[in-house]
Amino acid sequence: MKKILLFVMGFAGVWIGTTPLMYAQDDLLSMLGTDSSEMKKEPVTATFKTTRIVNFPSVVNTAAGVLDIKIGHRFGFVNSGIGELFGLDQSTVRLGAEYGVTDAFMLGFGRSTFEKTLDGYFKWKIFKQTRGKGGSPLTVSLFGSTALKTQKTNNSDREDLFVNNLFYTGQLILGSKITEELSLQLSPTIVHRNLTARPSEKNDVLGIGAGGRIKLTKRLSLNGEYMYVLPDQISSEFKNSFSVGFDIETGGHVFQLHFTNSTAMIEKGYIAETVGDWAEGDIHFGFNISRVFNLKKK
Amino acid sequence: MKLTIISKKTNLWLATAMMLLMATALYGQSATAVKYFTRNASASFFSEAPLEKIEASTTSASSVIDMATGNVEVAVLIKSFNFKKALMQEHFNENYLESTKFPKAVFKGRMPEFKSINLTIDGKHTAVLKGDITIHGITKPLETKVLIRSEGGKIFAETEFELIVADFNISIPSVVRDNIAKMVKVKLKAEFMELKKT
Repeated sequence: MKKILLFVMGFAGVWIGTTPLMYAQDDLLSMLGTDSSEMKKEPVTATFKTTRIVNFPSVVNTAAGVLDIKIGHRFGFVNSGIGELFGLDQSTVRLGAEYGVTDAFMLGFGRSTFEKTLDGYFKWKIFKQTRGKGGSPLTVSLFGSTALKTQKTNNSDREDLFVNNLFYTGQLILGSKITEELSLQLSPTIVHRNLTARPSEKNDVLGIGAGGRIKLTKRLSLNGEYMYVLPDQISSEFKNSFSVGFDIETGGHVFQLHFTNSTAMIEKGYIAETVGDWAEGDIHFGFNISRVFNLKKK
Repeated sequence: MKLTIISKKTNLWLATAMMLLMATALYGQSATAVKYFTRNASASFFSEAPLEKIEASTTSASSVIDMATGNVEVAVLIKSFNFKKALMQEHFNENYLESTKFPKAVFKGRMPEFKSINLTIDGKHTAVLKGDITIHGITKPLETKVLIRSEGGKIFAETEFELIVADFNISIPSVVRDNIAKMVKVKLKAEFMELKKT
């Protein structure tokens, strides 16, 4: 508990120091007095390059009328040796799509090859970070997802009921673009499993995630994310998810290249079922490709 | 110190005279200076590359014309430009114009033949506008023709010019070379009102 507190405090500390923007006055134009458009609060844009940091939902939403096609790919563990070409022989894929209903509300769905899982979700930007006079330092979003495992469970003891394969995730995302280069976010999360793999595991799993990015150039950023799962909820074989990677942006595409110990690309998977251990070299190399299409002209 | 020789009385008298002089000078200036202003001029730009047309506009540009000196100033907030595609707008602000660092585009210049233009009478004029334009922290000279029409105390002005993207230290990555043109056509259109001093 102490760890989390320190963590949160450190995080809050970084937030202080967001400087308000100042505008220089021009000679003739200064006669117009303070320009009302300059005083206006401006919502902060592009806190992250895309709607995901690596696996975590970011505070960024797809804009209204924009369709974002997502292809997520994870190779096998890099420590699997030359026989498996260091993991490149294996792959897990998630195909997904996201759509901005409004600038603040988006819907998404996807299908993962891992346990043949379908997932549907929404992200609602409740509160926007703004700059200017009276600006606020935080963006607050609510994320909710439902996942359905469609792979048959080979368990003769139990009937494979539909409801047993449902998983839910609720997440609050608190994010801030602290400077042009640095963005951070915290995501308190709850995952509910209708049926756990073992009776010893909790149905509800609480965790707190932290993620961020550092912009290295205008079109390249270094991303990282870590999910701390509160103790005594899941079996000890499961590890906390940790990923680092790069975002490379080229016009309408964002390519994300990363290393992660999580195989799954959906919440219930990377939060509660990550088996990879960074210390053991159980690391996946992977990538996400995001391509946006404007379905509706503004 | 020689100043101490002057008595307190003379000192006060001198100060009063100076203030009066300054006041009359200021008064004289504001009486002859006719200034016009706008806060909602429209500014737009257009570029056409083999793969993509880029278009954006705003209606919140501000400008002041001083007919006593012929000086003209225009300022546009970069963030106020509206694009059809949200991602284009984001990239424009984030990657190209860096609007957080350089929030405004500013023009400061002069109409050399301003004396031959009388805006108090209805009529149409064509004037040359010469000055410097600052975009993305880079200042470049600019000369453009402005159509001015005065009608019932209002001044309508319109101009069009081309800018070279590279001039303003805005680099276009090779992957989007066919999406973004090297030349951008800019249009400004404004309705000015007389600036009355309070």
